[in-house]
Amino acid sequence: MNGRSESGTMALLIPAIVFVLLLFLFPFGYGLFMSLTKADGSFSLANYIRFFQDARDVRTIGVTLGIAVPVTLLAVGLAVPLSYHMRRGVPGERLITFFLIVPVTLGTVLVSEGMLTFMGPNGWLNQLIMALCLSKTPVRFTHNYTGVAISVGLQGFPYAFLMLLGYVSGINPDLEKASQMLGANKWQTFWKVLFPLMVPGIAISFCLNFVMAFSVFPSAVLLGQPSGPQRVIAYAAYQWAFEKFNFNAAAAISMVMAAIELAVIALILAWRSKMYKGASIVGKG
Amino acid sequence: MIDVRSKLRPGNALFVLMIVVYVAIVLGILLTVVLNSVSKGWYSGLLPKTITTEWYQYVSQDHDIPQLLYVTFVVAIADVLVGLLIAFPASYTLARTEFRGKGILLSLFLLPMIVPPMAYGLPLAMLCYKFRLAGKIIGTIIVNLVPIVPFMILVLMPFIEQVGTNLESAAKMLGAKRSTIFRKILIPLTAPGILTAGILSLVKSISMFDLTYLVAGGKSQTIVVALYSDAYAAGARPPQSVDALAVIYFLISMTCLLVSLRFVSPTQMVFKVK
Amino acid sequence: MRDFKCISVRRMSKRFGEKLAVDDFSLEFGKEEFVTFLGPSGCGKSTALNCITGLIPITSGEIFIDDECIDDAHRSVPPEKREFGMVFQNYALFPHLTVKENVAFGLKLRKLGKAEVERRVGDALRLVHLDGYASKFPAQMSGGEQQRVAIARCIVLEPRLLLLDEPLSNLDAKLRVELRYELKALHERLRVTTIYVTHDQTEALALSDRIVVLRLGKIQQVGTPEIIFSDPANPFVADFVGFKNAWDGRIESLEEKGGVLSARVRTKGGLLEARLSYSESDPRRAGIVAAFKAGHTVTTAIRPEDIVAGVRSGSNVFRCVADLVEYQGHANSISACIKGCEEARVDLRSGSSVSFGESFEASVDPDKVLLFASGAAQ
Repeated sequence: MNGRSESGTMALLIPAIVFVLLLFLFPFGYGLFMSLTKADGSFSLANYIRFFQDARDVRTIGVTLGIAVPVTLLAVGLAVPLSYHMRRGVPGERLITFFLIVPVTLGTVLVSEGMLTFMGPNGWLNQLIMALCLSKTPVRFTHNYTGVAISVGLQGFPYAFLMLLGYVSGINPDLEKASQMLGANKWQTFWKVLFPLMVPGIAISFCLNFVMAFSVFPSAVLLGQPSGPQRVIAYAAYQWAFEKFNFNAAAAISMVMAAIELAVIALILAWRSKMYKGASIVGKG
Repeated sequence: MIDVRSKLRPGNALFVLMIVVYVAIVLGILLTVVLNSVSKGWYSGLLPKTITTEWYQYVSQDHDIPQLLYVTFVVAIADVLVGLLIAFPASYTLARTEFRGKGILLSLFLLPMIVPPMAYGLPLAMLCYKFRLAGKIIGTIIVNLVPIVPFMILVLMPFIEQVGTNLESAAKMLGAKRSTIFRKILIPLTAPGILTAGILSLVKSISMFDLTYLVAGGKSQTIVVALYSDAYAAGARPPQSVDALAVIYFLISMTCLLVSLRFVSPTQMVFKVK
Repeated sequence: MRDFKCISVRRMSKRFGEKLAVDDFSLEFGKEEFVTFLGPSGCGKSTALNCITGLIPITSGEIFIDDECIDDAHRSVPPEKREFGMVFQNYALFPHLTVKENVAFGLKLRKLGKAEVERRVGDALRLVHLDGYASKFPAQMSGGEQQRVAIARCIVLEPRLLLLDEPLSNLDAKLRVELRYELKALHERLRVTTIYVTHDQTEALALSDRIVVLRLGKIQQVGTPEIIFSDPANPFVADFVGFKNAWDGRIESLEEKGGVLSARVRTKGGLLEARLSYSESDPRRAGIVAAFKAGHTVTTAIRPEDIVAGVRSGSNVFRCVADLVEYQGHANSISACIKGCEEARVDLRSGSSVSFGESFEASVDPDKVLLFASGAAQ
């Protein structure tokens, strides 16, 4: 009896398995294959060698990391205290959350496009800055690193914040009370009790934000200088595929991207295991 | 002794400041886009000097707006429906049963979320071109499924877990077949979850760019791709017309967001991964 | 630990919006005393406890340690500075720290030397019979063990006041009894001033020097376990400690003979004699005499085990029909009907058993019949 219902339930997985195989694993494998072949179909590492020998292309790694790492650190770094502060609920929480998800919902393209006007030399932000006498000339926010970083940050912060908020609100409130009763002030309670328990959430949040930031594309193109200092690795891959029609080279670049992302994720997860060797149950007695 | 009544603490002030700055930036961006789309000769000053609708007229001639909207919605709705058909049964099994390799399978399903879109998107796009699916709506639908299905699985699983297994057992004891249980018990009770997953995916799919850009072309562009193309080729057209298109996109996206917030909470717009 | 003589809570109240969770709570207790807050869920006992710790701000009233005011509803000493220890119902052990690190938590905050910390942690773990568990994590331990770690974590700091919020409620029955014994032994040994919160009267009676019975935020009675058990102040407390058979009645006549007041009460089930013996020197005597006059309405209270089968004393004999008989091991718990209209709960020792539907005679000693003036509940 059990066998039949078991296999019936397992059969429900088939559509999803087919989907993942067909639309994800196979293309990914195909991409890997393409990256290791030349145009004539022979096996070769030429695509990778070319990438690492091309100064303009290798630079993209540094450029993209230079955007992704600081922005993600900042986003997660700000999300931690903010979510801690809101862990017990705050007046206007729904409204605050609404504003946080607006950039996420509207998407990168709109935010970047909007930033071009709002943060442009004649835009409101610069008008305000000059009105407050913070600068004599307009500050450059667009077509440079700052613009790209702000855009990526605006999009990434809500993800980090909401995820950590969920995490921190799930920690047993009695743990804070216990810590207080044992003599710890708010600061000590945060560092010795709450932060260690938030580490898994922080790790996941960092990984997801980093992946989004490292894959940055429209923001870099619209708000940065994609042919120069803000030429990000995703854009390089795109160019090789759709402007130079060398899909093999493009595939190799994509694989390098994937490898770097996985390396960073592995690093973060290693940090997390080091920090949190205790029980996996978060806070429940 | 400390004064317990005092609510004014440095932590509070900093928090309020951060929120205010963030909200100000978001509102600033949105308002300038809207204002710019109806302004003429607004090169300095707080507000535009002239208001005009000529940019919208320009955009409606420059682009086939109805076609853009049609494509956007067809893709979004198709992705939601197909996505649900794939994700719901899988979520059910993942939520209910334990089996060897479950962890691996779950990680596999969620892998598209942590792998850069380019890594699978580019080859997938190439395959679509090979099979003559690119440049057509069907290509866009297929490509966008990849991030949507894992997202739906993540959203649906907690909802299914909430429906106790004892309900299904009770139905079995009363003689119901599996398909009947699915139809009459499981789906009605997980309807909130299905609705949530569907709505969240709908809103998300409207703004999805990275993958659509790789396969779209001509008549199968979604509005966000058209917007990017316009913004990218900024020199080729008046900047205010780009903003006009942006406003159209913004109105659609915002409407969907506001409607969806009647059914889901703001936090659910961002998935919770444990 | 800073020494003190007594802690005084004066007219403490806590309001949550519309609801008054703790109403005019006043209590004074001294060093080494074991005080229990007893009452059903929602009676405010946990709230009162949390107010005393400072984890919840009080709405009005004052809390004093000797002459030092630690809370006057406007300003208060924060919980981390009061030198109180608290044990939680769900243990609240830090899941990311080992047992040893949990217990050492408070000590490390006080910047004590490593050797000192080791010694005190070791002593505390031995005291709760958990030596050898030092490197385990809370998730690897049972509920009872986790609770003992929680207790060790508090007592290692030598707190001025130890507060326990239903610490045994999450444990199974057998463990509850075991840990209760250990708590009693610990108190005897360490003599830490303790406030204990529970809804279980057995725990309250077994552990306390004094019990504070609460209902809907108000104190109903404060007294030693003996007094609470045998001399409840109102029908609520009486019911809580096991008195049943609360019948409405009217005093038909009163009689006083040699310092013993007897009342004859007409209830639906018949005429009942209640002896209210109060010596001349009992301060409550005047109140009793004033409250109980002929014609007044009263409510009775009789323990089911005080009603015996057959005729023992001459008075208070009645005939009843057994509706429900439950075997409880040491007694049969019977729900019986007197004259078809009044329900009586009778516990008969095994040996004198009655079967369903059987009619039997029962009687109760007038000394065991308690009377409360109607409307004396609050």
